[in-house]
Amino acid sequence: MEVRLQLKNVEKSYGSVKALENINLEIVGGKTITLLGTNGAGKTTLLRIIAGLEKRDKGSILLDGKGTNGKQLRQIATLVFQKTVMFNRSVYSNLAYGLKIRGKKDTEIKEEIARELHAVGLRNFEKRKARKTSGGEQQRIALARAFLLNPQILLLDEPTAHLDPYSATIIERAIMSRTKGKGIVILATHNLSQAKRLADYVVHIYGGKIVEIATPEEFFNNPRSEMTRKFINGELDY
Amino acid sequence: MIFSGNNEVYSTVYRSLYVTCLGTLLSCLWSIPIATVLGLYSFPGKWLIKGIFNSLIGIPTVALGLLLYLFMSHQGEFGSLHLLYTLNGIAIGQSILVTPLIVSFTASALGAADVQLRDLAKTLGASSFRCNLAIMRETVWSTVLAVSAAFNRGFGELGVAMIVGGNLFQETRVLTTSIALETNLGSFDVAMAYAIILMAIVLTITLAINLVERLRQEEMPRKK
Repeated sequence: MEVRLQLKNVEKSYGSVKALENINLEIVGGKTITLLGTNGAGKTTLLRIIAGLEKRDKGSILLDGKGTNGKQLRQIATLVFQKTVMFNRSVYSNLAYGLKIRGKKDTEIKEEIARELHAVGLRNFEKRKARKTSGGEQQRIALARAFLLNPQILLLDEPTAHLDPYSATIIERAIMSRTKGKGIVILATHNLSQAKRLADYVVHIYGGKIVEIATPEEFFNNPRSEMTRKFINGELDY
Repeated sequence: MIFSGNNEVYSTVYRSLYVTCLGTLLSCLWSIPIATVLGLYSFPGKWLIKGIFNSLIGIPTVALGLLLYLFMSHQGEFGSLHLLYTLNGIAIGQSILVTPLIVSFTASALGAADVQLRDLAKTLGASSFRCNLAIMRETVWSTVLAVSAAFNRGFGELGVAMIVGGNLFQETRVLTTSIALETNLGSFDVAMAYAIILMAIVLTITLAINLVERLRQEEMPRKK
């Protein structure tokens, strides 16, 4: 059964700065949502709140109609950070971390890790020190680590930023193969063409508010909002 | 004298290693849990407690030795334990001496651990306890370095060993008190020999730890 995520009047401030204001969003499983916006628009804050890593100041987050707290969100959502974070261990140990928490057996873990590394183009990387791999490889490892947990909500914060075209292509293919499932994928990006390729819906955030929600075709060909038009044309400042 | 096979030299080295190893291990029993709380948790007055430990890193060993003497003497609170003029008494004194060093260095390492590591552990499903374990594992080498620094501090201190131990021949005489005694007697060659042994041990342990850390950090060979 497909999962349904609802954000109702979610707000978040850091001191006097309002990072998110009156966020209302409903996402059904099996869909990929792309968050587009300038730097500082609130994309990462929104992802962190959905991931249960930040507390919202107001509003509610419902999963299949039921209210959730941070702890419950962390059990169903996994966030892949913009800046990759690796434990100072082998690739295998990094990938196994979440699976061991979930009580998986070692034999299952070994098989699943081998399969997932193959899917992201990193066969036989298990024994390598994770922090000694390249930026592109670390991003793929981070993605594989999240995929292994099979979360109901997969959150990706600019997964292909600063990557070479080859690594970016591999990561996009891995994401696209993932989006065929019943879960929700929410991807924050600056890359307009990536949003066109991957999204079922595009959400434009500016100044902490949702400015427009539309299919990629509507969003890029016939945006309703003037701000969205400016953003697409590169005329929108921070 | 260093390579003469003199039993007194060997037993002096043994006593030095015994008291410092025991003292350092004892200190770890309480220092590491204290450091974990200071490094990973927030609470009122944390800054004050950290400040106190930081300031006690450089406590004069003679001052501590005197304080312990008063406690361990027959008239002191712990006189009945008969620790004065014993190797165990010195070990306890050194364990107290090195506690601020282990606590401060370890707490700093834990506190400085990348905040995103905690977020990473959380988003992968870890509880608060497991998050803390993950951070402790990431900073374990900093703890090892803190403990080795503590060992060196204890191994080279004089005040506690002299005042609490009494520098008794074949009983509580250690390398540092031997150096002090031989210098006072004018036997500079003997004092220098003990000093060379002391420094050689400290350097060997420190270099060994650095070598292990270097090997640990070396890159795995890439497959072509």
